Amino acid sequence: MEGLTLSEAEQRYYCDLFSYCDTESTKKVASNGRVLELFRAAQLPNDVVMQIMELCGATRLGYFGRSQFYIALKLVAVAQSGLPLRVESLNTVKDLPLPRFVMSKNEQESRHTALYSSDADNPASYSGVIPPPPGRIQVKKGSVSHDAVQQRTSADQQESTSPVVSPQQSPPTSPHTWRKHNRHPSGGNNERPLAGPGPFWAPFSEAQPGSSASSDPIWSGHSPPPHQENWVSFADTPPTSALLAMHPASVQDQTTVRTVASAATTNEIRRQSSSYDDPWKITDEQRQYYVNQFKTIQPDLNGFIPGSAAKEFFTKSKLPILELSHIWELSDFDKDGALTLDEFCAAFHLVVARKNGYDLPEKLPESLMPKLIDLEDSTVGEQTGEVGYSSSPAEAPPSKSPSMPSLNQTWPELNQSSEDTAIVHPVPIRMTPSKIHMQEMELKRTGSDHANPTSPLLVKPPDLPEENKMSSSVKFTSGNTVTDGYSSSDSYASDPEQIGSTVTRQRSHSGTSPDNTAPPPPPPRPHPSHSRSSSLDMNRSFSVTPGQQQAGVVAYPPAVPPRPQPSQGAGPHVHRPVDAEGLIAHTSTSPQQIPEQPNFADFSQFEAFAVSGVNKEEEDEIETHSEVLQVEKPSDSASSLRVAKADGRVEDKAPANVPTSAGKGTTPLAPPPKPIRRRLKSEDELRPEAEEHTQKTGVIAAVLASQPSIPRSVGKDKKAIQASIRRNKETNTVLARLNSELQQQLKDVLEERISLEVQLEQLRPFSHL
Amino acid sequence: MSKFPKMNYPLYIRSIPTENELKFHYTVHTSLDVVDEKISAMGKALVDQRELYLGLLYPTEDYKVYGYVTNSKVKFVMVVDSSNTALRDNEIRSMFRKLHNSYTDIMCNPFYNPGDRINSRAFDNMVNSMMMQVC
Repeated sequence: MEGLTLSEAEQRYYCDLFSYCDTESTKKVASNGRVLELFRAAQLPNDVVMQIMELCGATRLGYFGRSQFYIALKLVAVAQSGLPLRVESLNTVKDLPLPRFVMSKNEQESRHTALYSSDADNPASYSGVIPPPPGRIQVKKGSVSHDAVQQRTSADQQESTSPVVSPQQSPPTSPHTWRKHNRHPSGGNNERPLAGPGPFWAPFSEAQPGSSASSDPIWSGHSPPPHQENWVSFADTPPTSALLAMHPASVQDQTTVRTVASAATTNEIRRQSSSYDDPWKITDEQRQYYVNQFKTIQPDLNGFIPGSAAKEFFTKSKLPILELSHIWELSDFDKDGALTLDEFCAAFHLVVARKNGYDLPEKLPESLMPKLIDLEDSTVGEQTGEVGYSSSPAEAPPSKSPSMPSLNQTWPELNQSSEDTAIVHPVPIRMTPSKIHMQEMELKRTGSDHANPTSPLLVKPPDLPEENKMSSSVKFTSGNTVTDGYSSSDSYASDPEQIGSTVTRQRSHSGTSPDNTAPPPPPPRPHPSHSRSSSLDMNRSFSVTPGQQQAGVVAYPPAVPPRPQPSQGAGPHVHRPVDAEGLIAHTSTSPQQIPEQPNFADFSQFEAFAVSGVNKEEEDEIETHSEVLQVEKPSDSASSLRVAKADGRVEDKAPANVPTSAGKGTTPLAPPPKPIRRRLKSEDELRPEAEEHTQKTGVIAAVLASQPSIPRSVGKDKKAIQASIRRNKETNTVLARLNSELQQQLKDVLEERISLEVQLEQLRPFSHL
Repeated sequence: MSKFPKMNYPLYIRSIPTENELKFHYTVHTSLDVVDEKISAMGKALVDQRELYLGLLYPTEDYKVYGYVTNSKVKFVMVVDSSNTALRDNEIRSMFRKLHNSYTDIMCNPFYNPGDRINSRAFDNMVNSMMMQVC
């Protein structure tokens, strides 16, 4: 009898039963009443029970000591399996099924029995094994569980059936409920040092590699006892004391018990966590445990655990350094060498999982991601994979982590802070929406106008001259044109603002300096000039003061041009300081184009006459200079010029410009300069150039506008022609000069840009690090 | 590519698909001499990011060797096939920068002892992705 050897499962089972019977908390004796009850539940005939009791020596002793109880249980099993009750049978009978006791208190208890029951027989309901409150069994369990731990593996086979059984009794989620139920008795205890149930549960984890929903990866890969031992030793360190704060008495006592208890607790906690489908989710108990552990290292929950302390802590888990290193890499979200609370919990959870045999993921699972709040404290919000968390790169990215989302989010700020000078990158971005706006504007305007305006958008370049003529005639012979000009200017004004806003928005997105977002669009200003200019144009459209315009043309670059020009020149002048900010420069051009449209209208008139010659001259000059300026009436020249300009431009602008220019090329005169001017204006440095360009175009427009007056005076044709030729030549020279100047400025700007880019490259690594 | 600490033993070697490991080992070791030479030539230069990048060390035998040294004298050496003409200097620089970043991430890991071989999976992944990008 004394040589009773129990299998692991039996050991556990008997343990529980004993604890169940240990109603008096004596830890030594099973109360007779309970025992008898139990035996009755075994559904054995009374005489057999008596025999058992006699055999186990209880009758001799008068009470059921633990050993007696165990023997009795074994005999019950023997009896239940139909074997004769012999003392020898205790040890000789191998593979004895566990004794079955029928006493269903509730479904959960029956589940317990089912889980505990042996292979063959199933709905054996066992009620007794409700884990008693920790206190009662703690000490005992400590001593017992060690053996249980050792023999746990052997119980796998037996336990493997239990999960199969349980579903039969209850829905597959029974293990869940079972676990929950188990939690209840010890609900009050955070860290349930249920060493008893712990060992019992362990085999379940091993036994359910994936059979049911309850089977969790953590269970499946239950680490062999040595790990648990390691875990025990891990938990043995002072941090564990926090774990068992709930049971100070036991804590101060046997360390082995405590460690085992903690191990069991953690096992339980793990298992409980694994009850959810997400294997990485941290349950509340776990989290509480982790938080407590965190507190032991770092009292401030919002603070960090330095790397060295964390290393010590996790080294206790006896995981290989390589794995710990990998865990660290996964959990140190912000790569700062320290762990926040969330990072620590994630790391701890990973350690726990790993100790259970669960393989470490390549990426941090979502449920383990540090919370956003922590991200705010950390240097960088990071995510290599999951993007969801990186919404709070609150701080500048001093971290070196190559976190994409954080980079994406912080990039605009970073760029804004680090790049104070204008970057030309936004140029193409700005262009297109503004172009679209422009086109829309054109459409609007032209739509509001007569059929002609629409035609410019649709007409091919070759048709430009005709279109121009038509539009000009239409536009300017009627007062509508002026109003149209106004309206267009108005709409333009709104558009530039919109454009400006979109541009600024885009620029901010593209990371240009914040300065560029500041400047208010200058659209309002052009209006008066527009009105003036348009009215003036209207006024002078046919009466013209060629001389004035000539003078204006001549005096254009330096001095104040005559009155007609000031309206146009003033516009550019006005725009200039505003455009000093840069962004909206192109928008200023657009309003300016409005007055020019009347001019273009004039042009068209003139075109019929001598413009072609002028244009050709201009074309030649422009082509030679490959510069922006164009008063290209001929669509071909315009398009070619535009193309040339595109080539001359920064590469990234070219694609934006060419299509836009091509798209707008049909518009009579006004649109062609627009893209060009816009391109120019998009660069801060070129703004003044653009201004000059606009001025020049304005001048040209004025010049050309003045020219239409010539044909009217039939009598003065020759003189007029000569005068116009002279004027055109002068204009050409002026334009040529401007061209060269602009070219030079362009070169300077490009150089600046290169230097800035270089600086950026230099600075960028520091921002990442 | 490989990296060496101060004592010039490789912490990490990874080769692109050609898997001609030994040859690369040899190449890398020989290139170390060039790296050292450049470092000494730099003298007490300011530790500038640009100067960390040593550039093309040694073009030879249909491959090029690029070098990069960190502030802590950890050297990165990259050997690239000469046939891969698409690789521009900027790209090499950015690759070194990424390497440097990943290396600092590894350094932050308290479980990593400087001087150990680098076993970080994240680092491996990064290096692999970079190499795949190039080849």
